[in-house]
Amino acid sequence: MELAARSYEFWLVRYRRVWRGSVATSVVNPVFYLAALGIGLGTLVNHSASRPGHVSYVDFVAPGLLAAAAMQTAAGEASFPILAAIKWTRQYQAMLATPLGIRDIFLGHQLFIVTRVLISSAIYLAVIAAFGTIHSPLGVLALPACVLLGAAFGTAIAAYTTGVAHEGNEFNALFRFGIVPMFLFSGTFFPVSRLPVPLDWIALATPLWHGVALCRDLTLGRGTLLADLGHAGYLTVWTLVGGALAYRFYRRRLVK
Amino acid sequence: MAGSPLVHARGLVKEFGRLVAVDGIDFDVQRGEAFGFLGPNGAGKTSTMRIVGCISPPTAGTLRVLDLDPVADGARIRAKLGVVPQQDTLDSELTVRENILIYGRYFGLARADLREKAAQLLDFVQLSERADDPVEPLSGGMKRRLTIARSLVNDPQVLLLDEPTTGLDPQARHLVWDRLFRLKQQGASLILTTHYMDEAEQLCDRLVVMDNGKIVAEGSPLELIRRYSTREVVELRFADRPPEPAELRVDGLVDRIESLPDRILIYTEDGDHVATALHERGLETSSVLVRRSTLEDVFLHLTGRSLVD
Amino acid sequence: MSAIAAVTAGGARFLLERNLMVYRRIWLVIFSGFFEPLFYLFSMGFGLGHFVGHVNGISYASFIAPALLASSAMNGAIYDATNVFWKLRYAKVYDAILSTPVGPADVAVGESVWAVFRGLIYSFGFLIVIAALGLVHSWWALLALPAAALIGSAFAGLGVAAMTYFRSWQDFELLALVQLPMFLFSTTFYPITVYPHAIQWIVRVTPLYHAIQLLRTLILGSPGLPQLGDAAYLAVLAAVGIVIATRRIHRQLLS
Repeated sequence: MELAARSYEFWLVRYRRVWRGSVATSVVNPVFYLAALGIGLGTLVNHSASRPGHVSYVDFVAPGLLAAAAMQTAAGEASFPILAAIKWTRQYQAMLATPLGIRDIFLGHQLFIVTRVLISSAIYLAVIAAFGTIHSPLGVLALPACVLLGAAFGTAIAAYTTGVAHEGNEFNALFRFGIVPMFLFSGTFFPVSRLPVPLDWIALATPLWHGVALCRDLTLGRGTLLADLGHAGYLTVWTLVGGALAYRFYRRRLVK
Repeated sequence: MAGSPLVHARGLVKEFGRLVAVDGIDFDVQRGEAFGFLGPNGAGKTSTMRIVGCISPPTAGTLRVLDLDPVADGARIRAKLGVVPQQDTLDSELTVRENILIYGRYFGLARADLREKAAQLLDFVQLSERADDPVEPLSGGMKRRLTIARSLVNDPQVLLLDEPTTGLDPQARHLVWDRLFRLKQQGASLILTTHYMDEAEQLCDRLVVMDNGKIVAEGSPLELIRRYSTREVVELRFADRPPEPAELRVDGLVDRIESLPDRILIYTEDGDHVATALHERGLETSSVLVRRSTLEDVFLHLTGRSLVD
Repeated sequence: MSAIAAVTAGGARFLLERNLMVYRRIWLVIFSGFFEPLFYLFSMGFGLGHFVGHVNGISYASFIAPALLASSAMNGAIYDATNVFWKLRYAKVYDAILSTPVGPADVAVGESVWAVFRGLIYSFGFLIVIAALGLVHSWWALLALPAAALIGSAFAGLGVAAMTYFRSWQDFELLALVQLPMFLFSTTFYPITVYPHAIQWIVRVTPLYHAIQLLRTLILGSPGLPQLGDAAYLAVLAAVGIVIATRRIHRQLLS
């Protein structure tokens, strides 16, 4: 574990050089989304007889955007940077020449990805709080929920990167046919019940939907303990399965 | 046409802000010759090549390339040049063959002719087997050869080679030299820069020695050695503190002595004689080497510095 | 501007040829770009549209479809421009090209035309899909294709010009800080009347607003004189972008 901490530190040190830009983005992006899709679009939705979730639209969409942003941060960090560390900048190879093992490299990088999600989600949560969309003290728990969602995506996409990606083109397919559709259809903007069968079933199986549902229950303060434990459990399973797969692919890729 | 030089430069100057990269140089390159710019890094060789290649306008001076004015007729001149830049600029999104095909298209050559041309050129640089591979995994020497093949696609009247073998291992260098030598035999005109004296000696009919943006000498490699150095050199290395140069004088035989950080060079017409005389004096050395003078010695004499630092 | 490379642009077609050569192998990347606006249309237009009902007398899907076409023309053009950054700074593609008779204007025009060409493929596909979904309300929509090409050239020109100022990948965060709010706020998802008056004027300045106005009026069948203004605004941006890009490439690579 101590060795994993060293590889974690490496990524943190690198991040220190560029964090300003990413923090600016982490603050400004939620403001843009909330203002445009929550407030602006909300003026069209709120007069409707059947509002999504029976709350004002900004309250509905804010936790969805929060969870989706956690997914996007994790996906961004677990795709190109991991392939680069294997192939282009070859940071992993450099680490392997030290006492660090593959397990340390893998865990250290995952820990860093989760840290990135933690920082950006905390900022996001503060912004949606400033928009007055948090209606329960339980809303604070949306932060660990985002971290769990980030871990689920961080490990699963690390598995995709180490198992499938070779040139970088593969990420095009991942984002266009995985991440973007999830962002648009997994309950972020409207309840999945609006989707036709069997698309609604697919949406319910995505980790993002469980993250969105969990965050929404917490910020609106209306979920049931059992359902929320179910969401958290589902995300934990993704994290464990994704992590086990990713670790296997790391070994296959880095041991020669 | 026969009488006019390929390149004619008088008082050529290139400034980047305050930095004077090329400081008023004159030279002529004749048709069919291999002309070299020899000098250390930063001497102004690459700047000169870029000016001749019409991708960098001179700050002052007269320049004619192929009897045309580079400032007014840049595109027309470039159509007749082959360029091998210092750093390979191969298109990494294309295969080996496609690199030549598209480069030929940039010259407006017909697609149908280019197929055959590309095959010939790849054969010439011994890359036929890699024709359909991507460029990235090629070795440094292969990339260099591909760049040379690419530069020949438009049957250039003159080939500009900027440090053609810098960074290559000895084997790869010899392969490149071999190909360039064949081009020379076929009557191609070459202009090249180098900071390797062996490269200059092997390839150049005539060269200029550049230092700090100025030309400090001009001639064939042999002429330059005759004019600025002695026939032979004795290289002495010492385990401890070297003796004062005055102690190494052998009457009547030593022309000049140069002290370098790691060795002392004695310029003489008869190296063996000097070495024996010093040995008889009981001089304690860790090594003694008698060799012929090279362009390196010419450069040292002209500038007081070595070519490769 | 020195005349070392004659400012013609006759060689621009060779840039197109090069890009075709590259994309022949990775056509899937191009093809996949077609789906993004469709996903947005299905999600926002049909999924969320149920809760919105009608906007200005038409279905919500009809309202956003032209805007999604405009934004995808913008995003596609900017995406291609980012490739230009890579070719300029890292791959040194243009260094090689400029040592041939091809000049900087050829490069700027060639890359912009390529971006427009790619954008047109998407626009054509998207138009057919929305026509099949019954979201096209007028024959004026035929003009949406050249309009989309104009939008593409405006953003491609600006994008290529912007790339010549970029120094590192970090600068792309700045690009996103312009691109995202433009996408979200330029009346893509709701009419301009949602905003207070002062903000309406800010929105009217953005190029995407004019792009959306142009396509929305054409596809919904109500173009008027203001649309000539929209088109002129975009044409000026395209021209300015290409002139700046040409000058910058000239200055950076031919000094």
